[in-house]
Amino acid sequence: MAVKRTDPMVYQPGMEIITSDILDKVLKNVDNYDYSKVSAREVEEALKKDHLSMGDYGALLSPAATPYLEEMAKKAIIETRRHFGNSIGLFTPLYIANYCENNCVYCGFNCKNKIRRGKLSLVEMERELEAIAKTGLTELLILTGESRHHSGVEYIGAAVKLAAEYFSTVGIEIYPLNADEYAYLKKCGADFVSVYQETYNLDKYQQVHLSGPKRVFPYRFDAQERALMGGLRGVSFGALLGLGDFRKDAFATGVHAYFIQQKYPHAEIGFSTPRLRPFINNADNNPNDVHEKQLLQVMLAYRLLMPFAGITISTRERAGFRDHVIGMVATKISAGVRVGVGGHEQEEKGDEQFVISDPRSVTEVHQMILNRGLQPVYRDYIRV
Amino acid sequence: MTDQLVIGGHPFNSRFILGSGKFSLEIVKAVVENGGAEMVTLALRRANRGGEENILDYIPKHITLLPNTSGARTAEEAVKIARLAREINCGNFVKVEVIRDSKYLFPDNYETIKATEILAKDGFVVMPYMYPDLNVARDLVSAGAAAVMPLAAPIGSNKGLSTRDFIEILVNEIAVPIIVDAGIGRPSQACEAMEMGIDAVMCNTAVATAKNIPLMARAFGLAIESGRNAYLAGLGRVLTEAEASSPLTGFLED
Repeated sequence: MAVKRTDPMVYQPGMEIITSDILDKVLKNVDNYDYSKVSAREVEEALKKDHLSMGDYGALLSPAATPYLEEMAKKAIIETRRHFGNSIGLFTPLYIANYCENNCVYCGFNCKNKIRRGKLSLVEMERELEAIAKTGLTELLILTGESRHHSGVEYIGAAVKLAAEYFSTVGIEIYPLNADEYAYLKKCGADFVSVYQETYNLDKYQQVHLSGPKRVFPYRFDAQERALMGGLRGVSFGALLGLGDFRKDAFATGVHAYFIQQKYPHAEIGFSTPRLRPFINNADNNPNDVHEKQLLQVMLAYRLLMPFAGITISTRERAGFRDHVIGMVATKISAGVRVGVGGHEQEEKGDEQFVISDPRSVTEVHQMILNRGLQPVYRDYIRV
Repeated sequence: MTDQLVIGGHPFNSRFILGSGKFSLEIVKAVVENGGAEMVTLALRRANRGGEENILDYIPKHITLLPNTSGARTAEEAVKIARLAREINCGNFVKVEVIRDSKYLFPDNYETIKATEILAKDGFVVMPYMYPDLNVARDLVSAGAAAVMPLAAPIGSNKGLSTRDFIEILVNEIAVPIIVDAGIGRPSQACEAMEMGIDAVMCNTAVATAKNIPLMARAFGLAIESGRNAYLAGLGRVLTEAEASSPLTGFLED
């Protein structure tokens, strides 16, 4: 029997609807983007410019730009150094819970996947925070699955408050919230919000988000804007590369960030470029047509569109790739990573979201950054 | 002849102010020494006292620290950051930076004036980073600024004196030292700025993105000194056509 699924454009009870034209503008731009029509000449023209138009940006993401990867990299490294110098920010994620109400087919935390679930108590959290702080890190990213029942806003707020005692910068990568809830987390000490749309293609979006709050496409899309309305300092964007048409999704991600920056010029903008990874009970989950070459192309295009944006490289990628992209395009790197619940000080209380490719410690990543002639930066913010 | 730069009553022999935020800490000392800088800025947000990779451990002790308030988006935040700098013994100098534009990193002149007033009253030697606007510069001086630091071009752009004409007006009208900050990409541009009568040049990216950073610091130090000497010597006129060696009207008798 066919399961009747909900309309992904219809909000669920409690979800705030804001007045914004950004979704329409992004989808319109994406509809008009046909990368198959881009010529080599258009790529060359784009490479000559200091400020990219949407057309130029699309050209750099097209297959026609593939032979120009080296030129793009040369241009990107100049921009990256100009805006960030030698600095490479270091941080680590802390998963505080992995309960989830969403059924997302590509994710290890999906509610149908039989894994060990858990959440950290405040006492356990503090032990984790202490252990992470001892490594010298001062930036932390707090993550949860989406479960208002198991990991509600109050619980996340308590985690942020505790983390703010140990860390000068606290990011949150949690389920989308209403603006007043973001304001609450800001008050607790949160600085940055990361929300990844995964794919900007509505058909694909509903095929892979079968149920749960995440199925609601526009509520997720407007999360960054609500976070900025709530007073957060910066927001990050990302498409899960390999899920849909990665060129269109990457194009949409950049356009989304561009319009948010236009509307909220004070906001610090960040990008992540996650590719699909295997997870428990799905060893075959893979990034499909997004090989390292394509991944780098996406990162370079983000850099050239927004030379001032932070770009994070996660442990989804192998050490050799990560080591080469920092300083050239990426400005932030995670280290000492655990993607199960806890695991920094005590045994993990829940299973991992995905399988990581780079298990190096903070000390090892620190040394690698120095070896590459770059400067590890631990603290880059003062909370006043 | 002594030609010192005096900021808030403190004399400096060098007119090169070095930014420190974009290159590796291990070479900070070499860069400072090669450039001959006596004042080095540091982002207080990076001053990780007691922690890993603290920039304060790398700046030579005899150098005057110029902590900046980068990261501040409002006057209130800038004031708090400046006070924190004083608490951790970074001295009384502060470069006020209030920025709420993530793309161009342009200063917010209005909030900058507010922060300057509060900090000057609080005994700081305030050096505000500003967009070169004469009215704002006057207000900053009235608010107690010890110098004003107009931008030459957007931070990191290396575009040189894009705001030249407006900075020149500040040089003519403003009594406190004018220090060009941001956008200077080459020693020749720094030299040109100094020839105009600007009192000092601050730069960071142009040095930090050079292949040989200490050598580029040296090049900037020399260019700044050279430009200053040219200014003091009085630049000759640049003639576009031949000039008679005796006055054309010398024949007039009464």
